[in-house]
Amino acid sequence: MEVTTKSMPYEAWKDNEYIESLVKELQENGANVVVGSFDKLINWGRSNSIWPLTFATSCCGIEFVSLGAARYDMARFGWEVARSSPRQADFIMVAGTIVHRMAPVLRRLYDQLAEPKYVIACGACAVSGGPFKKSYHVVMGVDKIIPVDVYLPGCPPRPEAMIYAIMQLSRKIKVEKFFGGVNRQEKQEEFLKNHPIEGVED
Amino acid sequence: MADTQEIIAKLFPQATFETGDVLTVEIPDAQWHDLAETLRDNAELSFDFLMTIVGMDWVEKLGCIYYLTSTKYNKRIAVKVTTEDRVNPALTSIADLWHIAGIYEREVYDFFGIVFLNNPDMRRIFLSIDWKGYPLRKDYDASPETNPVPEDNERQSDFTQVYTRDAEGKIECKEERIFAENDFVVNIGPQHPATHGVLRFRTAVDGETIKKIDVYMGYIHRGIEKICENLTYPQTLHFMDRLDYFSAHPYHHCLCMTIEEAAGIEISRRAQVIRVMMDELSRIASHCLFIGTFCMDLGATTMLFYALRVREQILDIMDKTCGARMTFNYECIGGVMQDLAPDFADDVRALLEIIPKNIKEYEKLFVGNVITKNRMEGVGVLTKENAVSWGVTGPSGRASGWACDVRKTTPYSIYGELDFEEVVRTEGDSMARFMVRMDEIIQSARILEQLVNNIPEGEYCVKVPKVLKLPVGHWFRTVEGCRGTFGVYLESDGTVNPYRLKLVTPSLPAAAVVDSLTRGDKIADLITIGGSLDYIVPDIDR
Amino acid sequence: MFDFSLFTNWIHNLLSSFMPEWLTVTTECVLIGVALLLTYSLLALFYIYFERKICAAFQCRLGPNRVGPMGLLQSFADMFKMLIKELISLNHTDKFLFALAPYLVILASMLAFAVLPWGNGLQIIDFNIGIFFLIAVSSIGVLGILLAGWSSNNKFTLIGALRSGAQMVSYELSIGLSVLTMVVFAGSMSVGDIVEAQNNLWFIFSGHIPAIIAFIIYLIAGTAETNRGPFDLPEAESELTAGYHTEYSGIHFGFFYLAEYLNLFIVSGVATLLFFGGWMPLHFPGWDGFNAIMDYIPGVVWFIGKAIAISFIIIWFKWTFPRLRIDQMLSLEWKYLLPINLFNLVLMVLIVVYGIHL
Repeated sequence: MEVTTKSMPYEAWKDNEYIESLVKELQENGANVVVGSFDKLINWGRSNSIWPLTFATSCCGIEFVSLGAARYDMARFGWEVARSSPRQADFIMVAGTIVHRMAPVLRRLYDQLAEPKYVIACGACAVSGGPFKKSYHVVMGVDKIIPVDVYLPGCPPRPEAMIYAIMQLSRKIKVEKFFGGVNRQEKQEEFLKNHPIEGVED
Repeated sequence: MADTQEIIAKLFPQATFETGDVLTVEIPDAQWHDLAETLRDNAELSFDFLMTIVGMDWVEKLGCIYYLTSTKYNKRIAVKVTTEDRVNPALTSIADLWHIAGIYEREVYDFFGIVFLNNPDMRRIFLSIDWKGYPLRKDYDASPETNPVPEDNERQSDFTQVYTRDAEGKIECKEERIFAENDFVVNIGPQHPATHGVLRFRTAVDGETIKKIDVYMGYIHRGIEKICENLTYPQTLHFMDRLDYFSAHPYHHCLCMTIEEAAGIEISRRAQVIRVMMDELSRIASHCLFIGTFCMDLGATTMLFYALRVREQILDIMDKTCGARMTFNYECIGGVMQDLAPDFADDVRALLEIIPKNIKEYEKLFVGNVITKNRMEGVGVLTKENAVSWGVTGPSGRASGWACDVRKTTPYSIYGELDFEEVVRTEGDSMARFMVRMDEIIQSARILEQLVNNIPEGEYCVKVPKVLKLPVGHWFRTVEGCRGTFGVYLESDGTVNPYRLKLVTPSLPAAAVVDSLTRGDKIADLITIGGSLDYIVPDIDR
Repeated sequence: MFDFSLFTNWIHNLLSSFMPEWLTVTTECVLIGVALLLTYSLLALFYIYFERKICAAFQCRLGPNRVGPMGLLQSFADMFKMLIKELISLNHTDKFLFALAPYLVILASMLAFAVLPWGNGLQIIDFNIGIFFLIAVSSIGVLGILLAGWSSNNKFTLIGALRSGAQMVSYELSIGLSVLTMVVFAGSMSVGDIVEAQNNLWFIFSGHIPAIIAFIIYLIAGTAETNRGPFDLPEAESELTAGYHTEYSGIHFGFFYLAEYLNLFIVSGVATLLFFGGWMPLHFPGWDGFNAIMDYIPGVVWFIGKAIAISFIIIWFKWTFPRLRIDQMLSLEWKYLLPINLFNLVLMVLIVVYGIHL
């Protein structure tokens, strides 16, 4: 199955092996015709309507603003409905450095997002700590505190790269399964079990 | 300079003097408060602007260097106060003399553990209250085990500490409430669209009216000053991009200038011109973004897109020459990294053509609007005295009638030869802060116009030794960043690494002043005032 | 003009020919309900798309253009996603009221649909107090918003809800008075009669200056009533994150989101009814040829077209003006709009009493 988005040829993607292995894993047991079509409909809706949370800590956030502006116009893809309330957003673009003091806040924001939720680690700081690797107060990659779906390197990544990253996320959503199969929520629970945080409710 | 020294020597015989980069006075802690008062109030001195407090750890003793400037006589002085007690270091606070001193002292306390007696609010400012150790001390244990990534929500205290010295000379700690007991406290931030990043305001409100704001910083404190102590001089440069990412060029300029002057490197005229042009281009880009985001905060979203149009054009110019849209790392020790792109001058000329048209459009769209006027005029009035006392520099300070443009007061690089006006307004309200920035775009365009047609030939970067060592000493240099006076304090011990690199940013005072400006105003005014002060959060937290 | 009641009467006769009276009425009610829900959701989705495109055009952007032809399916994708998004249940909230609030909001706007004149005879119910009913049910919405804000147990939502309460209560006055002005002019509260009265000329033309003043005030107050910019204080993004619906997720949030756009349609629909003749084509007395040509365009197109044109103006407001502050907004209403409105009402009464009609 070739998973791609509109006006992007399959060959142009850089990580087709990964998505193919994901599809293979998900379709191991096959799918019911009815359920399968429902899944397709749901995934069509989800992958075409990815609303970001207004969240930015530093430089990458400004490039995210540029992404919304006329030149790059993320509204074309339907991503412009940036919600300020985490309850209504679909993904967090962790744009910028996350420091120790911010870490519990970010974790809490993630917990407040409604399922299905996704995370893009945007920029070198969010991926690995970036230029602040030697700092005493920086979290070395947000994957230490929340599960990450797409890693986007760059300092800061150009808006084109951000479009590519969100399109990758959209592609990943396209192969998800809502009914049966490997459900994402289970993976999340597993992750949260391995990374327990007390005192963070709801 | 001799006058100042004489006056001080007459009044304070214990003071010792050292003339180097700037007149430095060393005074015992007991006399410090009196000296500070004299420096501020003596008509012949009138050092009324506290630029910064540099916390220092000289291993055998801890201390502070206070940088003061006289806005009247345009003079600068440094005062050194030290203590040898490393376990319970304590100095006298001057928070009652300068508003901003309270905040700077909290910063020093946070990084060095020096307690300031009589400071009404002696809490940590950037780090959480459970943080172990004082990171900028030389003996700080930086291993991640001491301070792991916190897993719980941060502990929150409604109390602040006040330290005083009792009659027997013992230090006493008293707890005081931050808010009244029955206040309705709304937590604005750290993730909030209006705070321009991750700043947090704990706001006590009475209905829609704000009673008090407690500003929490440090949600993006990255410890740049500490990292720099282990890097070589060229390596420290790239952090300047990541402080105030809109003033990347001016900030680079400042650090490069400091290092060059310390090392005695003379840079070519061409490099000077390129640097100034880049500074002014980034000033226009920054002010454009300010206009956009400020209007968006007020609810006029469309203006953001019109303002970003100009910014994108400037970013294109930068992109061609520097190879990046935001973090350029373009200015380097000895000049600039690469030569200008071949069509740089044409692009700048094209930009200069559209700027007046765009300014006119913004004025038509936004400034003339009756709602805009109602929202901005008379909102958050900052008087000149308060602006100086709070140390609010840059366009926000100039909107209060304080002519504090470093390009005019202490011209650096080639600014002395250029013909431009310093935009000063006297109203001090949000509208004035907005209009100053609009006018500054025009002034910056004027500077560019003078330079773009005669960029001198020559080398863009002079040869610098591969391993750069600075002589022992300390230097303090300031430039006019896009948001105000940016200063670098550099202390060298003769090795390849800086002994201490203190970055004095304009955003910290701008964020600190929010509390006093918003009292009695509405919640919506907090957004207006915060937006018009135009602070950048990573610039506050460093 | 084609009278739509021919069609409805035909259905009624058809059904009652083989059904008892009570079953006929029940069936018709269900049919109307289905038709209403369909129109309702389609209109809302269209409006979301419409606003996003217009906003993009104002901001020199393209707007949604990837999902479906010209991005037409974008709001359908949004709806699918919202339908299956998790509904978060919160601790320490009043669960019943929390769940009730979005339904109240959507109910208010749905009830108002009952009296909108879609076309000649195409109206769910033609009360003799239609306008009164409309004003009454549309005020239920504010109850939903207040409940939402209060039951969420969140300070932002509470402030948002209280702002909304103050705003709605104030601007309801202006809406009521400007509607009253037109009711005085029409001499009836029945929606059908008001439309009929504009057969010769729309009220905006025949009502002299008071009608124009009433229209401008109605437009301002209507914008405020729908919580749209520059009066979007209850959900002011930059001040209160998402205002009264901060804590709502999934389809509950979706209801608020849809209701906002539906209210926009209702406000424009009522403006159409009161000032631009409802479904009535553009007629000028004496221009018989012109009037005959205008009659060829169906009433439904007239009504929806006019409503969308007015919505466009309201959307235009939002993307142009900055937001007002709460005290400025209230003083605008109580110090300016209300006195002007009262004066305007007296003026209209004088016109009617002295019979200065066109």
